[in-house]
Amino acid sequence: MKLRTLVLGLLAAAAMAVPASANTLDNVRKNGFLRCGVSEGQPGFSNPDAKGNWTGLDVDYCRAVAAAIFNDPNKVRFVPVSFAERFTALQAGQFDILSHNTTWTMDRDVGQGLEFIGVDFYDGQGFMVRKSSGITSALQLKGATLCTQTGTTSELNAADYSRAHNLGYKVIVYQKASEYIAAYDAGRCDGATTDRSGLAGDRLKLKNPADHILLPETISKEPLGPAVRQGDQQWGDLCRWVLFAMVNAEELNVNSKNVDQMMNSTSPEVRRLLGKEGGFGQELTLTADWAYRIIKRVGNYGEVYERAVGTGTPLKLPRGLNNLWNKGGIMYAPPIR
Amino acid sequence: MTAFRAPPKHHEGPVEWVRVHLFDGVFNSILTLAMIALVVWAVPPAAKWLFIDAAWHGAARDACEGVSGACWPYIGARLGQIVYGFYDAGERWRADVVFAFGAIGLAWLVIPRLPRKGWVGGMMLTLYPLVAFVLLSGGWFGLPIVSTERWGGLLLTLVVAAVGIVASLPLGVILALGRRSELPVVRVLCVAFIEVWRGVPMITVLFAASSLLPLFLPDGWEFDKLLRALISIAFFNAAYMAEVVRAGLQALPKGQYEGAAALGLGYWQAMIFIVLPQALRTMLPGIVNNMVSMFKDTSLVTIIGFFDLMGTIQAGATDLEWASPNVAVTGYIFAALIYWAFCFSMSRYSAHLEEQLAEGERR
Repeated sequence: MKLRTLVLGLLAAAAMAVPASANTLDNVRKNGFLRCGVSEGQPGFSNPDAKGNWTGLDVDYCRAVAAAIFNDPNKVRFVPVSFAERFTALQAGQFDILSHNTTWTMDRDVGQGLEFIGVDFYDGQGFMVRKSSGITSALQLKGATLCTQTGTTSELNAADYSRAHNLGYKVIVYQKASEYIAAYDAGRCDGATTDRSGLAGDRLKLKNPADHILLPETISKEPLGPAVRQGDQQWGDLCRWVLFAMVNAEELNVNSKNVDQMMNSTSPEVRRLLGKEGGFGQELTLTADWAYRIIKRVGNYGEVYERAVGTGTPLKLPRGLNNLWNKGGIMYAPPIR
Repeated sequence: MTAFRAPPKHHEGPVEWVRVHLFDGVFNSILTLAMIALVVWAVPPAAKWLFIDAAWHGAARDACEGVSGACWPYIGARLGQIVYGFYDAGERWRADVVFAFGAIGLAWLVIPRLPRKGWVGGMMLTLYPLVAFVLLSGGWFGLPIVSTERWGGLLLTLVVAAVGIVASLPLGVILALGRRSELPVVRVLCVAFIEVWRGVPMITVLFAASSLLPLFLPDGWEFDKLLRALISIAFFNAAYMAEVVRAGLQALPKGQYEGAAALGLGYWQAMIFIVLPQALRTMLPGIVNNMVSMFKDTSLVTIIGFFDLMGTIQAGATDLEWASPNVAVTGYIFAALIYWAFCFSMSRYSAHLEEQLAEGERR
């Protein structure tokens, strides 16, 4: 255990020591492709399919960055990286952007040399129980036993919630998603708890998914987003505005199918987005049609969401908090002007 | 004079065999019955799960939904990835060629009747790795480059294991000889090397190679992540191998060294012709034991983001296309079978070798 602490300490020290290279965009251009750090398999976010193609929300965001720079969403190399290693690997320059289902927290932003460039998915921790238990609210979980996954914030959140509401439930932690859900299915626990997006995927691994329900309570804030190394403002700006462009495009009803007609739009906001007015692309050292490339090749935020985790996918996650601000959610991007 | 007695009864037949071998006394009888009970308890449910209740056909998760046994169509759908990882589909023939040559070369070395073992062995150690490298990574002769991040599955497991096994033995021998050397500088260096590498867990070594090393290297010095991992695995295992070899060297009677010296052989001559051939024979079980554990340790590369055999199976289990209760377990069982097949063949071959080498002692 001591050794592990020492090693983690060393890694953290190294992480804080130096940013690997000053100008990321120049490096990306020189390489001819973007290197994107993703998870080793997170359904709906970054997951290799049977053909070895990466799919998911985190993956499509990186494709959008590549489209903005190269006009080709396939100029990305996905570098799978473990939860434990992801921040150090970003610092070590193993990839240019970390799009890894990462919760934006103060410590990570301030203490670990990361710069979060925005939120591409608002998640939160939830509970799943058996329908037959008759439980309809997390407040009824008094004295229950819950299964969860170790190494994430889930365990701590569950403990906080128990303390705040005096529930006194017992939490059993497992190493892997497949283990905690199997234990829950086998009746080891009365409920399972982790991020709602994770529960939605893990639920499919139960023997009878329909016999289980998600409780309405969301007990934590888990804003997930991409991060870059601190200290390269230009690169951080570019990555941030790629995400904002995707959200703005949805708000302006510009999508991959109608973007060509939209080029002739008279709406000043659409014209600014698509580079017909103003020099926003050039300010990012990109071309004027940078946002057109993103929308044409990858899609707007809503399209990406639906393709990755939306109601047409096995995850069937409703938009909820991730809907646009003017449609009942909190997804909000500053204007392009 | 004593009276003649009848010769002891000669026992034969299956009933007698069972009595002698299985029910020889109270303790052995209990043990036998317990084993039979274990087999009856474990095998039928396992067979039922693996074959009878299993799903065999289908193309997506509905094939395995509600099925209480193994989900084999999932293995079928993922087989390409389990074998080659993300290696570009159109280029997989290159991996096949490497597999085929490797298999032929190994078979040649293993089958006793075939001639010119030394020549083939030399080729396998020099030409084969070169050809395999050129074929797999590409960039020459018009072959498109396949970057090492795309290598994966069984291919990557075999590459890592082969490099680890082949590089660690000679390195280990040199380190072991160095540790027993009379030159203080050589000895101290070898001891330090061995103890540092043995004192650090493999996971730490891999982390350091993948994350820390690039931070210490000057800009532009970065080299391939797989290569970094391979070098650290080879060094790590060489340190362990060195200790096995040292044990073998120490087990050899001192008279052998003295005899070699008395014949006027120099250090290297004595080592190559007298000491090592004898020592290696006694070390064989230890060396193979090391190799088997090394083969399984290759699965640790998953923690630095490589999708080896274990990694592809784990990543596959998260695929929503196939999300159903038994997919993960089916994957793990399949991986276990592959690992077992390789490790078991290694240990069988070593048993056979030991028998062959022991021939001289049996006379």
